[in-house]
Order: sequence, then structure tokens, then C-alpha cells
Amino acid sequence: MSTAALLWRQYRFERRLFWRNPSAAFFNFLLPLLMLVLIASVFASEPDELDVLIPGIAGMSIMATTFTSLSFNLVWLREEGVLRRIRSTPLPLPAYFGGMLLHAVTNALLQVTLVIVIGNVFYDVPWPRDWLALAVFAALGIACFAALGVAFAHAIPNVDSAPAYTNAVFLPLIFISGVFYSSDSLPAVLRAIAEALPLKHVIDGLAGAIVDGAGVADHLTALAVICGWLVAGAVVAVRYFRWE
Amino acid sequence: MGSSHGRSRTRALRHGAAGHRLGTLSGVTELAIDVRDLHKSYGDVHAVRGISFSVRRGEVFGLLGPNGAGKTTTVEILEGFRRRTSGEVSVLGHDPARRDPSFQARVGIVLQSAGFYRHVTVREAVEHFASAYPKPRDPDETIDLVGLTGKRDARVRQLSGGQQRRLDLALALIGDPELVFLDEPTTGFDPAARRTAWEVVRTLRDLGKTVLLTTHYLDEANALSDRVAIVKDGRIVAEGPPAELQGSGRYTVSYDVGGRRVVHETDDPTDLLYRLTSDAIARGERLEGLTVTRPTLEDVYLELTE
Repeated sequence: MSTAALLWRQYRFERRLFWRNPSAAFFNFLLPLLMLVLIASVFASEPDELDVLIPGIAGMSIMATTFTSLSFNLVWLREEGVLRRIRSTPLPLPAYFGGMLLHAVTNALLQVTLVIVIGNVFYDVPWPRDWLALAVFAALGIACFAALGVAFAHAIPNVDSAPAYTNAVFLPLIFISGVFYSSDSLPAVLRAIAEALPLKHVIDGLAGAIVDGAGVADHLTALAVICGWLVAGAVVAVRYFRWE
Repeated sequence: MGSSHGRSRTRALRHGAAGHRLGTLSGVTELAIDVRDLHKSYGDVHAVRGISFSVRRGEVFGLLGPNGAGKTTTVEILEGFRRRTSGEVSVLGHDPARRDPSFQARVGIVLQSAGFYRHVTVREAVEHFASAYPKPRDPDETIDLVGLTGKRDARVRQLSGGQQRRLDLALALIGDPELVFLDEPTTGFDPAARRTAWEVVRTLRDLGKTVLLTTHYLDEANALSDRVAIVKDGRIVAEGPPAELQGSGRYTVSYDVGGRRVVHETDDPTDLLYRLTSDAIARGERLEGLTVTRPTLEDVYLELTE
């Protein structure tokens, strides 16, 4: 079988297994949507809040389905010896990791789509104004957080500590990056930290695309920060990869 | 066997060194594994200090030694998981350090501890791995071979420890490998699981596979291996068929004289016994409590490794 065919096979294998593990499917998939519905229901009468929340939850979903899920899964696969087992077979590594990454990308795209559809259908948030900007920032956000997720897995010592490590990054980041409220209201120090990290810029880019109609050209700084983290994440992900 | 064996060894070695193109030619020689003066250091720790051995096709070869002797390091170099510091290694005519996919397709590796996706069924796991190999075995037949027929549709997390080891074996065999690596296949097993693992090794031998196994259990090396190498502190201290290793020690002949035990050690018990017994008969005495003992593999092992 060709590498492309094996990649596709690995992808379908990952998809099938994902839905068989209810807790993983819940935390990766349903939790962000649940938060969207709960918070949106509280603020449903205030369109300004929804304009923050929809791109915010979309950005958070991208991070949860790529960064959190990939770093956690890679630690598990490494500590359980699954990576070592894969390495003992002639399965080409691009096929294996390609299938795994494509699976995470699928989850992220599904999530962003669901968030936008739920926002429009249930909370009257208009359809995105700039589809190109939406595609660019969703794609870059997914690539950036996927690379950072693989890179971060190298820093996590074992499976038991993996949830603590990922949440120690994920939870503070969503609170300072403008997922639930505009990050403009934050103290200057926290705002500076958020500016240096990628999530706020992914959310800004998505907000521009979905709400303001501001295109890619209006978010060049955001673009630069996301690309910087993407490159750094990819370098660390490959350079410090551990099989066991 | 002697001279042709020697010739094929040099041929395999030369091709191993010359690279992949010639390496495929040596695939027809009778040596599955050839290791010359293998060294491996981790920083200051010299884990493998000049190991040499060869394994013929169809042979079950055991690396026996205490924990930390360098067995696993050696096997992991042969599997392609670790790079050697120096020495020559040829496995099925390949240099495993190259991690050539065509090499990985010809060997089966049963890992010391490897988990698996917990929510996949036995059949799905075996079928999924089969697709990675150019000429896989039939998945159902392979499941039957390892005795998991009744668990075909069970998920991995529902399998017992022994059943998971059988799945490990099925995954190592699905590519129809010529050579199977078993690294401490029974460490931590209860006696029943151990017996099962032994049956599996015998099945592999019956299938004509070459097997390299490591163990620190003497009875296991003795029961399964055609030849054994005893490894200590990164070196091979003895090598041969288990029966010959036992025979390599000196015989002990002992008897009682006037309430005192007399003990002789000899390489030639026939001659010694003839002299002792004919002297005794000439004097009209009996050799009370006469015994002749041969060292067990355990004696040889303990003498060499302690």
C-alpha cells in the first residue's frame, strides 16, 4: 500500500477509535460546545457578548482539539509503548503521524463549524463576513496549536501528570485570551502576556472574519505571532521528539 | 557444516558493511544474525563490551544473563531501536541501524512491555497492522495461531494479561517475519502464562522462524534454546547448546573412606573411576557412598556470572 493509502487507513482507524472512548470524545468535543450553549444562553440578550463569545469558543475549540488532545494522547502513546510498537513495524512514519494529525484537524474543523452554525441558528449571530480570513486563521490556528501540542508532549513526564500539565497551560490561556469576555478589560500585565501568546491572535483573527468583516490584511501582527509560534512549535516538535 | 558456515559468515559480514544493495544477496545465506565485536556506551557506562555471536536460520538462540548484563541493549541494537557505538552487525543481511522499511517488514518484534489502543478489537488490531506489511499473513489464521480465536471480537482492554501477550505475538507475526525477537518474554509471568509463552516459542520454531530470545531464567533458556550465550557485564562468557554448556564443567567423583568424604574433580570420569575402583578391589575394599555428579546448567551459570 502507498504511504498516502496507509495515511488514510490510519486516519480512519483514529476516527473509529475516537468515538469508542466516551470520556475522550466528551472532553474534546462536547465540553466546548456545552460551554458555548450554557454561556450563550445566559448572555443571549446581549449581542455584543455573543460577538466575543462565538469567535472565542471557536478559538478555544481549536486549542482543545489540537494542543490539549495531541499532547495528552502523545504522552499516553509514548508511555504505553504504542509509539515503540509502531516503530517496530514497516508502517511509514509520515503515514502514522499524518493520520493522527489529520484526525485532530478534522475535530478542530468540525468544532469551528458547529460553533458558527450553533451561533447562527440558535443565537442569531450573522454568518461570517470574510470567509477567506476565517479559513486562513482557522488553518493557521490549527497548525500552530497542533505543532505546539506535539512539542509540549515532550515536556510532560508521564501519563498521570498529563492532565495537570495541559490544563496548567490551557485554563489560564483561555481566561486571558478573550474567550469569554474581551481581553481589553484585563490588567496590562495579563494583556501583555496574552499578546505574546498565540490564542488571543487566533481569536482576534476569527473575530475579524466572523464579526467585523476585517480581513487578513487588518491582522498582520496576529498573523506574524501565530506563524512565529507555529515555526517554533514545529521545530521543537521534530527536534526533541521522544519515542519512549 | 564448519567450513561452509565460516564462509557464509564472512560473506554476510562483507555485505553488511557494503550496504543495502549487496545486503539483499546475503539474504540467502544461512546466517540470520551475525554480530562482531559489538560495543555500546551510554556516556561513561560501557553496557556492551565486545559481544560476538551468530544465529543460524531456523535456530532458537537464547541470550541468558542477569539483569543489567547488556542483553536488552544488544537486542535493541539488532532490532534497530538503538545505534551501536562500534562493531559490525548484520541481521538478515541488513544493517538494522539504517531502519530500512524492507528490514522492518522481515522481522517481528515482541516488546518487553507495549500497550495498545484499548478500544480496538483483536481482529481490528491485527488487520490494521497487516496493512503495513508487503506480504502479511491471514489475520484470522494468525489469531488462531496464537490461540485468541474466541477473543476475536473482544476489545483489548477486556483481555487478560496473558491474552494481551498473545496479541503482542499476533502483531509481531502478522507480517510473516523470518526472524522474531523476544525480549524477556516471560518476566513477571505466573507459571501458567509462562507455560503458554513457551508453547508459543515452540510454535515459532515449528514454523521455521529464527528466534532470538533474552531471558534471565535458566530453565527457560534450557527448555527453549538450541544454543545459549551467557552474558555478563557486557560480554559473552560462554556459548553453546545447553547440554554442551553443562558438559563443559568438570565431573565430581566422591566417596567415603573411614568416615571421611574424599572428593576428586576430573574431566575424564571413566579413567578416574577405573583407577579408583580397581585399586579398591585390589585392596579388597568397597568405595562406600560413591557418586559421580555432572554440573547442572545452573552450576555453570552461577560459576560464570558470580
